[in-house]
This record gives sequence, structure tokens and C-alpha cells, in this order.
Amino acid sequence: MPIAHTPPRKPWLTVSAITDTAKFITLAGCLIWLLAAGTQRLGYNWQWYRIPQYLWQVTDHGFTWGNLLLGLGVTLQITAVSMGLMLVIGMGTALLRMSRSWAGRGVARTYMELIRNSPLLIQIFFIYFVAAPILDMSAFWAAVIALSLFEGAYASEIFRAGITSIDTGQWEAAKSLGMGPYAMYRHIILPQAVRRVLPPLTSQAVSLIKDSALVSTIAILDLTQQGRMIDAETFLTFEIWFTVAAIYLAVILALAGAANYLEKRYKTV
Amino acid sequence: MKPIRIFVAVTLFCLLVLPMTGCSQAPQETQKAEAADTKVSQLETILQRGVIKVGFDTFKPWAMKDKNGDYIGFEIEVAKRLAEDMGVKAEFVPTKWSGIIPALLTGKFDIIIGGMSITPQRNLKVNFSVPYEFSGMSLTASRKLAGDRTRIADFNTPDTTIAVRLGTTAAEAAKNFLPKAKILFFDEESQTIQELLNERVHALVASNPLPFNLAKEYPDQLYLPVKEDLTQEPISFAVRKGDPDFLNWLNNWVRFTSSKGWLQNRYEYWFYTNEWEDQIQ
Repeated sequence: MPIAHTPPRKPWLTVSAITDTAKFITLAGCLIWLLAAGTQRLGYNWQWYRIPQYLWQVTDHGFTWGNLLLGLGVTLQITAVSMGLMLVIGMGTALLRMSRSWAGRGVARTYMELIRNSPLLIQIFFIYFVAAPILDMSAFWAAVIALSLFEGAYASEIFRAGITSIDTGQWEAAKSLGMGPYAMYRHIILPQAVRRVLPPLTSQAVSLIKDSALVSTIAILDLTQQGRMIDAETFLTFEIWFTVAAIYLAVILALAGAANYLEKRYKTV
Repeated sequence: MKPIRIFVAVTLFCLLVLPMTGCSQAPQETQKAEAADTKVSQLETILQRGVIKVGFDTFKPWAMKDKNGDYIGFEIEVAKRLAEDMGVKAEFVPTKWSGIIPALLTGKFDIIIGGMSITPQRNLKVNFSVPYEFSGMSLTASRKLAGDRTRIADFNTPDTTIAVRLGTTAAEAAKNFLPKAKILFFDEESQTIQELLNERVHALVASNPLPFNLAKEYPDQLYLPVKEDLTQEPISFAVRKGDPDFLNWLNNWVRFTSSKGWLQNRYEYWFYTNEWEDQIQ
């Protein structure tokens, strides 16, 4: 929708802006103090200088990636494949749930209730330890399937909400033009729905990246598992976990930025 | 301006700033308290508290749950005897093995009694008592995947996969003895066993007697490729650094108790007999 009238621009510096900034700085200062005091009280021996070797190293043999960034590569690989599958599964389930077929609706509903009402960790263990040996599946694919099934169940609800939010007029218009269901979804409904579901889908993708940390439990060398292994060897607990958290944060902020750009670009008028 | 807004702003300001001024005095106090703390031995703190907090993780037969949900095992008995000789009660704090040293460092418990072997890396972060026991690393393999291998060197190939528990010396032993093999790290012992029984790894490395017991329990699926242990590792109590009094007490407790033959006796009971087998789940 076009914005009818923009409110008059406020001056850059106002009293409320100053007080707001002051409040923000106070709060941030309080948090930092809390952290510093906490670690001081534990008598923790910070050894940040030991961290860079786990990111990358430049030696006589040239440049090598450190274990943490190698782990990040695995995490990105897993999340990229799972994200594609998540969209396919989500869209498929959403369409099945809205289909006229009784069996289709039943299957989609059962899958969704099963997945959404049980913990992801248990699903990963089930797929890796129980299902994978039967199907002779590698740990990587067990992880990808567990993650995409889990996130797909949530994505399907997002897709369904997007599709049902399309104005009834659009459906009626498509039908009155004599379009079949395929043509109707392809040309009228989905192009509009996809734009609407982009923001919630982004947050689902963010969840996917964060949840992927759980696959470290099945001995996949992802970012979290690499962090755990370094922690187990060196006991640089705080340094390692702050670094790992910062890497996840950077990746997720980059993704959110990209989604933001897409959203602006494809904004419906 | 509107009185309500001013009121809210003032309240917020008070909420945020007053704790700060309160806080700004607090660090000096805690620092003083801490300075005093480091002078008082942990031993003294435990005696005053009347309770020694013991960190451990479940490893069969070091520490396990019995049918009533209580912990039993070699370590548990050692910890109970230690507490008894100190005149205090033992409080058990089960902790995941991979996080057990950080938990000790952050004061979740006073001592690790958990079959922990001394390693130089661990010793950089904690202090160890003199060893009260020695534990050997051993390997048990899947008949189907590795049926014809009878030497350690047979497992040191790039197409071999080995399961170990993360953060254990088994992981280090595996890396030392089998540098070419692919090693999978799991959080729990049960997962490494599951992995081996599912025939997805060739072998499992763990401290004895687990590999030995597994081979006995599943004779059709598993076997012991080598009879002798890979390593002999000294097992010690771990405590925080900077406390010679506590360490001195522990060292002499170990010397005293082994001189009576009690430690060896209990070790044999838990490691070489199955008399306790019916107590556990």
C-alpha cells in the first residue's frame, strides 16, 4: 500500500532521544558489568590469545582454515540442503492440507502433529539410530532429513496462512477465467502468497540454522561439535562458546539482511 | 509535559541507575570476600558446610544407577569413604563428562571423583592428587565389519571408523594410536555402543572394563581384537588450583587407604566380579 501522508520529520536531536540513549547506555553498561563481575568472581582465567588458531592460520605451508570455520562450512552445507527440502516439504504439506482429498489431508495433518509435538533432539536420535541403519543412510543425510522434516512442518503452516490470506476475490476471479487448480496456484495465488510469507519464512530459516546445532549430537563435525571438541581438549569454555555464538550471530544477521533486501525488492504495491 | 510520562521516566531511571550505584560498591566487597576465600582452604569450607560436593558422570562400573535410582559403583564407594574419613556427607552432582572440568572451575562442586585420568592439558586447568587407581584403554570391534583384524595397526587405516566419547582420554588414545582412522565423537557412552551394535563403526575405544564387558555381552556381534590394554593411565581426584591444603589431605588419604589394601580390594570387587550386576537396572 502506498503511504498516504508521511508525518513531518522530527528534528534529529530531541530531549526524548537523549534520554532514550542514556537509558540504553545505562542498561548496556549494567549488563556488561554483570558479565565482568560474574567472570571475575569465578576467577576465570581468560586466554583469548589461544582462539585465533581455531578460526584460521597462516603458516609456512600457507593458509589453512581453523576447525571452527571448517565446522561452519558443514553447518552451512547442512542448513542449505535442509532449507531447500524444508520449502519443498512445507509447500507440499500446505497444499495437501488444503486439497479436497480426505487421505491427503489426513497424512499432512498426522505428519504435522507428530513433528510439531515432539522434541527435535528425539527426532534426530530416532532417525539416526533407528531409521538410518535400516536405510543405510549417512549421518549427514540423517541430519538433513531430521531438520527438514522438523522445520517443514512449521513452514507448511506459514505457507497455508499465506495462501488462505489471499483475498477471495482473487480465487473467484481465477475460477471465473476458467483456470484449473494448477494454473490458478501457479499464476494467481502463489506469487502473491510467497511475498506475504517471506518475513515469517525468514524467521523459520533462522530457526533452522540455530536448530542445526543439535546435529552435533550425532557426531557430525558442525560448528557446535567443533566447539565442543575444542572445549573438551583445551577447557577454554567461555572463549570458545562466545566465539561460536558470535559466528552463528554473524551468519544469521547476514541471512536476515538478505531476506530484508528481497522483501523490499518484491514488495507488492 | 504529561505528568505520567515524567513519572514513568523517573521510575525507569531509578530502576536502572539505583542498582548501578548499589552495584558500584558491591565489587569491592566481593573482591574482599574472594581474597579472604582464597586464603581459606576448600577443606575448611567443606568441613564447615558438613557436605562434600562430588562431581562425576556415569561410567560402568565406576558410577551407575541402581534399581532404586541411587548411585553405586567404584567411584561412589571411594567418594563415600572419603567423605566418611573427613567426617562429612557426600553430595553427588552428576555432570556431563564433556563439561565436568568447567563445572569444577565454576564451583558447582568441590572435587571430581569420576575415574578421571591425568593429562597435561587437564592439569593446566585443575590440580590432581596422586593416582589412586590405573585404568587401561581398550578396543572392541564389530565382527561383521572388522572380523579379520587382530592387531591395532589393522585399525589404523583411512577406511576405518572409530566411536569414542567426547572429552575422554579414550578420544586421545584413539587419536594417538589410530591417527589415520576416522574418529566419531559422541556425548554419551551409550551412543558409542549403539553405533557399534548398528554396525556403523568398526570399533569403539573406551576405558576398561567396558570393551571387555561388551564383547562378553554380545559375543555374536563383537570381539576383542587385542587382549592387552592400549594404555595404562593414572586415575586421580581433580580439584581447583591454588589449594595445597586440600591436595595434601587427598594425597595422604590415597596413601593411607592403599596401604590398608582397601582401594585394591574395592577395585577388584567392581572390576573383576559380577556380584553387583543384579543391583543395577
